[in-house]
Amino acid sequence: MDIHVKEGQIAAAPAAAPNRMQRGLTTMRGQHFRRNLTWFLMALPALIWIFVFKYVTLFGVVIAFQDYKGRRGISGSDWIGLKNFEFLFATDSAVRATRNTVTLNLMFIAIGLVVALLLAWLIFEIYTSALTKFYQTMLLLPRFISWVIVSYFVFALLSTDNGVINKFLESIGRDPVAWYNSSEFWPMILLTVVLWGGAGIGSLIYLSGMLAIDPQLFEAAKIDGASKWQQYRFITFPMLKPLIVINLLLALGGIFSADFGLFYQVPRNQALLYPTTDVLDTFIYRSLIELQNVSMAAAANLYQSLVGFGLVLAANWVVRRIESQDEPLSLF
Amino acid sequence: MATYSQTLRTARQQDFERLMGILARYSIHIILIVWSLACLLPLLLVVSASLTDEIALTRNGYGLIPSQFSTEAYTFVLQDPTAIVRAYGVTIFNTLVGTVLGVLVMSMLAYPLSQPDFRLRRPLSFFVFFTMLFNGGIVPFYILMTQYLKLRNNILALIIPHLVGVWYVLILRTYFAGLPRELLDAARVDGAGEWRIFFAIVLPLSKPALATIGLFVALGIWNDWILALYFISDANLYPLQYLLQILLANANVIANMRQLSTQAIPLQTMRMAMAVLATGPAAIFFLFFQKYLVRGITLGSFK
Repeated sequence: MDIHVKEGQIAAAPAAAPNRMQRGLTTMRGQHFRRNLTWFLMALPALIWIFVFKYVTLFGVVIAFQDYKGRRGISGSDWIGLKNFEFLFATDSAVRATRNTVTLNLMFIAIGLVVALLLAWLIFEIYTSALTKFYQTMLLLPRFISWVIVSYFVFALLSTDNGVINKFLESIGRDPVAWYNSSEFWPMILLTVVLWGGAGIGSLIYLSGMLAIDPQLFEAAKIDGASKWQQYRFITFPMLKPLIVINLLLALGGIFSADFGLFYQVPRNQALLYPTTDVLDTFIYRSLIELQNVSMAAAANLYQSLVGFGLVLAANWVVRRIESQDEPLSLF
Repeated sequence: MATYSQTLRTARQQDFERLMGILARYSIHIILIVWSLACLLPLLLVVSASLTDEIALTRNGYGLIPSQFSTEAYTFVLQDPTAIVRAYGVTIFNTLVGTVLGVLVMSMLAYPLSQPDFRLRRPLSFFVFFTMLFNGGIVPFYILMTQYLKLRNNILALIIPHLVGVWYVLILRTYFAGLPRELLDAARVDGAGEWRIFFAIVLPLSKPALATIGLFVALGIWNDWILALYFISDANLYPLQYLLQILLANANVIANMRQLSTQAIPLQTMRMAMAVLATGPAAIFFLFFQKYLVRGITLGSFK
């Protein structure tokens, strides 16, 4: 009881008689408020950008339920319920694009991970060598090259009449292949291009993870007679696991969206190649720009975003189930 | 005696292991050299093709060494370099303005988000990072840009979408949070305002992170052609990569020109020469700054 009264007195004191200390406190509060305001103003330009480009566009997904007409805008267009989705899935192309997106992405993720880990391990083993810098530079080189240029040299390799590969096939007495007309080869061609472009940068991520491992662990393992493979299996791999899981999680979350540049440029938008190279992103582009069917494009877009969001949540949920308390791996 | 043979055996075993170790090292180097060449050779293929005589290229195909050396393609491209010079101008302008503005705007967001005293830190962090999980996609973006912001055939359409990358904000925020707090607090006690602290302390101390993010943004803008594909139809505003893409995609257009024109156009080699002119200087520039890229990969991979 006594204590409560005292607390009440202290709490009431400021209102009753502001002393010097109290004034100091209020100016500090004022400063604190001013500082918060300044911080908010600093953040404002980027916040406005994010609001306009990430949140306003979220409302744009309603186009998927409209018969959208450009001149009437979103507010003036007619609502047609799920018709766009019916229309979308009535065509084989949407289903085909979905299948291509998922299977190709799965292949890229799985093989890309193995190759990146392998390359990282190889560089790690010879890390003290003078050549390491050269390898790293070369492995990063594709990162500087735009898909447009990639499509140029893929064309130089695969051109039917005078591409490098066909000239080689001719020289060993085999028939040349019309690569840009034969869709069956394209999953492998695209995989090669993806590994060429991405494995280097991926391996550098894992290499930096390997370099962060305490070298004493490897020393101790060596003294205990562990082979290289055992060191990898029981030290390197477990230490890299968080990094691998995060990368896989992000990749699996993005399994429904394809790299538009890769799929638009490298197969050069050849209709004959669509059976294996048309993905959701190229499909949406064509519906929007070439067919001018905004509503159907929006429906495909919303379908892609929603499934993608679901996949991120699902992947995160799976990781939460398997992660241990002391080693949180999930994103949220 | 037993110990002696044992020593001998272990010595032999060690020799064997050492030999295997050397062999393994050599195989690793061979694999990595092959991979490195695989990264480099396709680009050399383009350079070589650009320096090959057009007819020889048609006859002999592409090769790493020009079957018949010729600079005709370059002469032809540089005869009327207006298009490529303009495209260079557009791309350089976009890259410079976009990178400086983008890094500034993102840092200005990342800095408050890195300060524990910021009252709005949690809600704003959520507001910012939620967008990594769900976004409307290209169609609403397209409608917004064309119908509401009216940015079709406007150079801003090639810059503004590049200004903020949420992933980069995350990296910058982590970096800013690692700056010594005592330093910032000391400046505050001395009466420095937050703007002053930001420009005079935070940014100078964060040069490596800013360079890394700047390089990523610059690379993104330099190599971008997708925004031009969607929003630009005015040839005066073509950025470099889009000009190249038009050149490759519209082979028929140029082939038709060839029939009309009295002068034969070295179509294939000309394209390759354009690719070299458009990529060469930038590739060298970016390779020069690659250590920042490596650092960025590391920054991005941990948190």
